[in-house]
Amino acid sequence: MTVSQWELPPELCCRPMAFVALTGLDVVYNAVHRAIWDAFCANRRADRVPISFKVLPGDHEYPKCRTKRTSYEWYIPKGILKTGWMNKHLNLVPALVVLFYELDWDDPQWKEKQSECATKVEIVRTSLQGRNTKVAVVLIQKKTPLPPGEDLVASERAAALCNACDLSGKSLFVLPHTDHLVGYIIRLENAFYEHAQTYYYTEIRRVKSHKEFLNKTTHQLLFVRHQFKIAFFSELKQDTQNALKYYRTAYSLVHELRSHETNMLEIKTMSGFINYKICRLCFQHNTPLDAIAQFRKHIDLCKKKIGSAELSFEHAAWMSKQFQSFGDLFDEAIKLGLTAIQTQNPGFYYQQAACFSQERKQLAQQLCQAAVNYPSPDPLDTQSGGLDFYGQRPWRQGHQSIDPPDGEKEKTGILALQNKEIDVAHSELIIALLSNAVAQFKKYKCPRMKSHLMVQMGEEYYHAKDYTKALKLLDYVMCDYRTERWWGLLTAILITALRCAYLMASVKDYIIYCMELLGRASTLKEEQKGRIEKNFFKVLMNEVPDPEPDCDPSSVAVARSLWNDCIALAASNEFTIEVQDYIPFIQCKAKFCSPSFHIDQPIQLQVFLRADCPHPVPLNKLAISLSNQEYNQWCVVESLAQETMSLLPRATKCFNFRFVAKSEDVGKKIEVSIEVMLGRDNGRCVFLTWRGAGGDIASHHEALQATRSSRRWGRGFEMRPELDWDSLLIQHSTMIISRLPKLSVQLSHQPPALIHELYRISVTIESQEEGVAKDVTLTAGLKPGQDAILGQSTHVTLDGTKVCDDTTLALLPDVPLGDLNSGTKLERSVYVRCRSTGPRVFLFHVAYSIDTTVEGQQIVCKCHKVENVVTSLAQVSLLWMSLFEPLDQVAIDIPFMLMTDIFSTSPWPLVLASSCLQLLTMTSNTPQLQSQLEEVVLQTGECASECFCLRCPPLTNSNNTVATGQYLISWRRKPSNAGSPLIQTTVTLPHVILESVPLYIHADLPSFGRVRESLPVLYYIENRTALVQEVDMAVEPSDAFMFSGLKQVRLRILPGSEQRMLYNYYPLMAGYQTLPQLNISLPRCPTTNTHTLRRFLPQRIFVKVMCTDMHRHTPQSVLCECEGVKCAFLCPQPQGRQLDDISIAAA
Amino acid sequence: MAVCIAVIAKENYPLYIRSVPTQNKLKFHYTVHTSLDVVEEKVSTVGKSLGDQRELYLGLLYPTEDYKVYGYVTNSKVKFVIVVDSSNTSLRDNEIRSMFRKLHNSFTDVMCNPFHNPGDPIQSKAFDGIVSGMMVQTG
Repeated sequence: MTVSQWELPPELCCRPMAFVALTGLDVVYNAVHRAIWDAFCANRRADRVPISFKVLPGDHEYPKCRTKRTSYEWYIPKGILKTGWMNKHLNLVPALVVLFYELDWDDPQWKEKQSECATKVEIVRTSLQGRNTKVAVVLIQKKTPLPPGEDLVASERAAALCNACDLSGKSLFVLPHTDHLVGYIIRLENAFYEHAQTYYYTEIRRVKSHKEFLNKTTHQLLFVRHQFKIAFFSELKQDTQNALKYYRTAYSLVHELRSHETNMLEIKTMSGFINYKICRLCFQHNTPLDAIAQFRKHIDLCKKKIGSAELSFEHAAWMSKQFQSFGDLFDEAIKLGLTAIQTQNPGFYYQQAACFSQERKQLAQQLCQAAVNYPSPDPLDTQSGGLDFYGQRPWRQGHQSIDPPDGEKEKTGILALQNKEIDVAHSELIIALLSNAVAQFKKYKCPRMKSHLMVQMGEEYYHAKDYTKALKLLDYVMCDYRTERWWGLLTAILITALRCAYLMASVKDYIIYCMELLGRASTLKEEQKGRIEKNFFKVLMNEVPDPEPDCDPSSVAVARSLWNDCIALAASNEFTIEVQDYIPFIQCKAKFCSPSFHIDQPIQLQVFLRADCPHPVPLNKLAISLSNQEYNQWCVVESLAQETMSLLPRATKCFNFRFVAKSEDVGKKIEVSIEVMLGRDNGRCVFLTWRGAGGDIASHHEALQATRSSRRWGRGFEMRPELDWDSLLIQHSTMIISRLPKLSVQLSHQPPALIHELYRISVTIESQEEGVAKDVTLTAGLKPGQDAILGQSTHVTLDGTKVCDDTTLALLPDVPLGDLNSGTKLERSVYVRCRSTGPRVFLFHVAYSIDTTVEGQQIVCKCHKVENVVTSLAQVSLLWMSLFEPLDQVAIDIPFMLMTDIFSTSPWPLVLASSCLQLLTMTSNTPQLQSQLEEVVLQTGECASECFCLRCPPLTNSNNTVATGQYLISWRRKPSNAGSPLIQTTVTLPHVILESVPLYIHADLPSFGRVRESLPVLYYIENRTALVQEVDMAVEPSDAFMFSGLKQVRLRILPGSEQRMLYNYYPLMAGYQTLPQLNISLPRCPTTNTHTLRRFLPQRIFVKVMCTDMHRHTPQSVLCECEGVKCAFLCPQPQGRQLDDISIAAA
Repeated sequence: MAVCIAVIAKENYPLYIRSVPTQNKLKFHYTVHTSLDVVEEKVSTVGKSLGDQRELYLGLLYPTEDYKVYGYVTNSKVKFVIVVDSSNTSLRDNEIRSMFRKLHNSFTDVMCNPFHNPGDPIQSKAFDGIVSGMMVQTG
């Protein structure tokens, strides 16, 4: 028997399809026939009916049908199922034979052709003697047939032909050879399919009919056989539901068979077949749970049916195959759309299959060692070259009793099987199954299962002596176990890997695995570690290591010679191993004593080494490489020839290094990486390198545990003399920073700075250095990184004598200040001008260089000092109040007053040097003399006011707003030294709205009156329009005055001219008195009335009691109060009294 | 009764593994380790849907031909795994649950020990005793 004994036969695994034989087609020489055949079998899509076609010659011999048994009484079956049966019904015995014959209805030689066709049918019938196979005839015609019923000749001849061939009308078809061939063919095959189904139906009936002849004692095998056949025919009939039902009965029947050692294999084989069919159909019906349940049942039933103990490997092989084929079915179903889950996927079945294959291998190794000689004559040889029944022994076919017929034959048979088993490549089978499983588990998110299977694969490769592949796999998964900290598993994998490395004589791998097995992650015992360490040092001494235990002796011999070759080779004696990703037996941690060092301090670095192996490790060299290579020379420890450094087991060794940094490294980070050299130059050297400052995969977790540990705080901490390794922290880099300056920088200023002010900040630099501070430079100004607007509105200068302009920068970089001797002082003033309010941070940075000596080396230090000044300009230095009230509009060409208030919010007293008004369109009504505010000192919260009389000339353009101008104030702080410049603050005055007045009225009256003394008042009425204006004017009576003059009058005033009206008021009461109301109305200009005009006139006058003759003359100007609102008007009154008479006269 | 009992840390490394001495220790280690795949999957899917209303007992993780593997996850993501022989059909789900509960209680006691450093392997006689009580007694 061969390996494929365990494979399921292909006829079992295929999908059964109705078998239809086509005869009378010459597909080689006849193009028409070829086309017909192609239409039948080429490109069959899934929607076509499931038929397998075959072209057979007309006189093909079909398998002979045995004579039907009339009685089963004396019949003893020899087995369950014949090996040829399934194939016979799939490929040999057709359900329908179709005879193709070229014949047109109007063929001239109709008679002859008809009899020829009848003969051909007869030949087919004879060769099918005894079978129920149907026969059909297809006439290939050149002409398109007429619709049925129209062609009388055709129907008549068809009937005749049917008669001659003994065919039913349903079995005669016409195939016109025209354009629509494929369409005709599809219709034909549907008809064939119906015939085939009837055939299989009758077959099922036939098999069922046997049942009544059977009895349960002798015909048990037949019960199974018949059920299986019915099920199989149902499948051919495409009746899968019934097929499943019959297979299930067959399955239960097969387990009802009396089983014993001689027929165990047959029962298992058949139950395996039936189980396969059931599972397959369940998956096909989309009931995967049924399939799984059936399979579980099957395995549970068959697990214990081992059979002959000498051939127990066969059972394992069979089990493996069961799982594998179920896995295949499952996988197939998934490809067709089934969804599997993490805990139920084909991977588990492949894994189990692999498991049984491993068992098979072990059993084979145990059982087959004795079977060295293949017996002769070959007991496995059968006359036919195969078996008659599935699952029987070749040397006793058909034997069904409990005891083997011939004990001697049985023995040689078993021996032959065992001998064959030796040649089976078990490892290959196992690896194939495992890799199937790996692929599945990868798909279903089982990384750990995948790793586990890969380890098994690696081990299998190791057993198959494919060490390279084994190492590749093991190396791949090792890191998973390492990061997950499963040390037990890691150690087990490492041991296998070490064996592989030894057997391959792969020096570097050998060293790596040794290192890790000696390390703290390994769970090996001390003596094993001791042995590995000894081997490790042998390799370092360029000697052959001792073989690993449990290695195959023949492989060890090969390995020895490989190692010897290795030693002979002079090259490749240096190995550099990056140990960061392993857990090596030498641990290393490095730390800089501080996270940063000043350039004038020596840098201190500590390197701790610790060995975890059982014996001391000689150390050849410890080299540190730093990010600046120049320092490396200071950080090397080498063992001298006489005395070697060595690391004692579980003891920490500390190496201290000191070196001085170079001044160009200021501001740079120094990083460290460590290299430990093991072995000798004359032997093999191994360089272990740690990137960063040591540590490995496990050390991070250990450090974490150490910080959690209660021992840290306990008394135990002090009791232990040596360092706690786990709590040692790594400091892998250090910053080199510049030397601490011994220089003081002091700032003095008087905050807050005022807006526009040249604000003085004085800087005092005092050196406390021992030597001379050379090249002192000062950088002063606005600290960069603040709001960009601040940079534009801040100016810094060194020149305090004049106000800087807007082009000055906000930061003065590197102002040279020369050298500074020890203990001396230097003072500088920096002026700051701000154009907007808000806090600002200023930076004062003093840099200098100095020569100092550190450990005998001259270095130049750059020192600097940063001082921050927060200047608040939150207060407005001068708050402006321009009192324009109550005028919201300015009348054109009428004088008005402007008053300014200067309000100081500065905490410092301010001296106002001068103020002036720069007017644009307006003109001053009075000659501008000197500022009224000159040398006025304003304290905090005080206010200074100034008053101007202005007039707005008539405007040419129609614009009714006008810019007023600017107000300039020069000022300085009161206590400032006289040299400080005046600061000029400019305030832009607001725009005013202009108004033109059609009629202007103003009064000329003295500043005060006296009781019972005449008070002349002259009213001027001016027409400012280009029209003649009619004016109604009336004076209302008043209690406080008597008066003379026109009480009510109507006037006409020419354009541009002026009318005077003189009244003599005679005050009757003292105090502030309301003047008699003047009512004016313009009938032509209704918008201008008394109310609009009244604002130009004084309302009240002060009347004195005393009647002296003093102050007969009225003053030049009168400041009136107009409707109680504080507003300044200037009413010019340059004319003398002589005019009074004229106006009165005019009136 | 169990053939293997394991306690796995939050970071998935073993804190405690005990198996019956008659069988291959390594095999149980692998079984426990591979079962973590299912535990992680279950914890991640359950955590999403139910928030903190999580059932600690995860039930049967997966059946192998020889063993049944049960899982339990504490709130601090420490995992307990119990492996039972497949042939042992007398064990009910409830009994497995009570085994886990007992184990959890004992584990809590271990954690309460001020001298125990959480994250270190469990070395406790009391815990050993509880585990031994749940293991298959091999005479």
